Amino acid sequence: MEKRVTFKGWLLPLLLIAPQVAISAVFFFYPAGQAIWQSLFIPDPFGLSMQYVGLGNFEYLLSDPFYRQSFVTTAVFSTLVTLVSMVPALFLAVMADRLLKGAGVYRTLLIWPYAIAPAVAGVLWMFMFNTRVGVISWYLGQLGYDWNHVLNGGEAMGLVVVASAWGRISYNFLFFFAALQAVPRSVIEAAAIDGARFWRRFFTIVLPLLSPVTFFLLVVNVVYAFFETFGVIHTITSGGPQQSTTILVYKVFADGFVGQDLGSSAAQSVILLVVVGALTVVQFKYIEKRVHY
Amino acid sequence: MKLSAIGALLAGSAIAAPFAAMAQTEIQFWHAFTGRLGELVAEQVETFNASQSDYTVVASHKGNYSETLNAGIAAFRAGEQPHILMVFEVGTATMMAAEGAVKPVYEVMAENDAPFDPDAYIGAVKGYYTTEDGQMLSLPFNSSTPVLWVNRDALAAAGIDPDTDLSTWEQVGTVLDTLKEAGSTCPLTTAWQSWIHLENLSAYHDVPFATLDNGFGGLGTELAFNGPVQVAHVGAMGQWAQDGKFIYAGRRNEGGANFRAGECALFTESSAGYAGIKAEAQFDFDVRPLPYWSGVEGAPQNTIIGGASLWVMEGKDTADYQGVAEFLSFLSSTPIQAKWHQDTGYLPITTEAGEATREAGFYDENPGTDVAVIQMTTNEPTGNSKGLRLGSFDQIRGIIDEELEAVWAGDKDAQTALDSAVQRGDQLLRRFEQANR
Repeated sequence: MEKRVTFKGWLLPLLLIAPQVAISAVFFFYPAGQAIWQSLFIPDPFGLSMQYVGLGNFEYLLSDPFYRQSFVTTAVFSTLVTLVSMVPALFLAVMADRLLKGAGVYRTLLIWPYAIAPAVAGVLWMFMFNTRVGVISWYLGQLGYDWNHVLNGGEAMGLVVVASAWGRISYNFLFFFAALQAVPRSVIEAAAIDGARFWRRFFTIVLPLLSPVTFFLLVVNVVYAFFETFGVIHTITSGGPQQSTTILVYKVFADGFVGQDLGSSAAQSVILLVVVGALTVVQFKYIEKRVHY
Repeated sequence: MKLSAIGALLAGSAIAAPFAAMAQTEIQFWHAFTGRLGELVAEQVETFNASQSDYTVVASHKGNYSETLNAGIAAFRAGEQPHILMVFEVGTATMMAAEGAVKPVYEVMAENDAPFDPDAYIGAVKGYYTTEDGQMLSLPFNSSTPVLWVNRDALAAAGIDPDTDLSTWEQVGTVLDTLKEAGSTCPLTTAWQSWIHLENLSAYHDVPFATLDNGFGGLGTELAFNGPVQVAHVGAMGQWAQDGKFIYAGRRNEGGANFRAGECALFTESSAGYAGIKAEAQFDFDVRPLPYWSGVEGAPQNTIIGGASLWVMEGKDTADYQGVAEFLSFLSSTPIQAKWHQDTGYLPITTEAGEATREAGFYDENPGTDVAVIQMTTNEPTGNSKGLRLGSFDQIRGIIDEELEAVWAGDKDAQTALDSAVQRGDQLLRRFEQANR
């Protein structure tokens, strides 16, 4: 029989969920409502007047080829950031898990990059790859490769991906490492006795057992790539060259706070809200089905 | 009243400003200067505060130009605006359109009987901030204009006479050829490409950057920098970029590091680059006027300014504006202006401050520091060279940067890139017109 605890009356349950509801209302529903409302207007920057334009802001945005391109850029960017931050993290975690000596030191060192703020990480990478004074670009020059992310969109994308993913590897490593510790030794030993080699054991036993953590990290990293990589992009490329690193969130900032075009910026926020909502539904509906808890 | 969350956050920092003695009226002044410039501003403010006892000016740094403007706008929306806000030249149209948010400087001066003679200011400087009927809306603060910086040692190393004439782009082209042949890795670089190679290029050759006198004539202005002069110039620069004669370093003044390190022979940059170059350059350098194309009739006209001006915000007590007027008069006074000009390389805003500097022998001791002044003041500005007044200009510059980068990378030819920049920029102008109808 299913066991259920029920409350008598309404007061206590309402009281218990009140903090959560209040926080959601103040920090989510109110600003989201404001964004939806503002997206119907073209206001002047100082808030002195507003022109009602209906869906004009959306029409303007969707007819802009650069805005449509920004969806592709965002998709490429977040896929790459997610992959680059998760695959090496898993690899490092598996390696760390096998260590007998010095695991603590190794672990601590791997966690350090997570403590660095995205904007600072951006500056670090920008200096290393600076086209004139960067250490790495200098070595690349020695090898005969002329690195110039200021003009080359592909290189710019590569650089912001690496700079964004770098700090996240630590975060992902922590989760993978903890999950690996929870994989029962007996199962692995049984497989080993049956003659399964390391990589075979990894793909048929360990990886499926890691799927809940992998799924969690997938969701978290996609959200990170969408919203929190702003500082890195701002410091390294400012969305250039030729908007090749302008992801949707960066464009919201650039139009709203550089261009003072709050109507367009609000409309973009609404579109972003819908995109991320849809993405979350997809993740939970389709990918989660393949997760074994 | 609408109050965005970000606005409230930004405005919150205004409340945290230090309190002065209660008897004095406090004047809030938000600016965008750090480092040496920040110190010089602080010095000006201290001198003013010490010179009288009725007012205390409190200067606060609010980030770079864009951030300062944003802080001012957000603060206004929250009702916490400063008395005086520094706004870069690019934000001029935004501020002008904000009737009800700003109080024109000529009005502040007249209402408070402050000594104020618009004719004392250098025409090309004040023109940028003056209405069509000659009323000064904001007080020019720091203004500079682009010049050509020359690494004399680099020219000599390539077997070129360091005193060679570099007045025209044709002559520069020949020198670039020689430099390249002699193995220079960076014959020419630039800072602020849109400002120097399109905005100033247009003014200097007396061709329009935008219609309706570059936007001075109204919000209906349309971009026009895809004309033959601009296309020819950007085309030539693009070719130089392909040949490795023009090295593009970035949208802002990244190229300055390369020049100061001695890598680059020629460098187009603001006259205000003086302090940095003088401090760091380990080579013999000099300043030349910005080159022009000799084939273009009317060139050289005059260059236009970049920099910032001080806007007075609405909504403060009437009595406060007396203090604002006194502070602005103080800033325009000859000794303060002459010192500012000499310390920073920025232009003096009054004719008198320029003359005082000359009389003090400063130009003789620091050759080339008057090039910018001469370049700006030789000719009376025309409709094409008075300045630019375009809405969403910060974003339009971003678009121009993108399209120029496409030319430097060899992805687009000059005509295609400039046509595209004009078309994209015009969309923003129409939106700005709609927002400020």
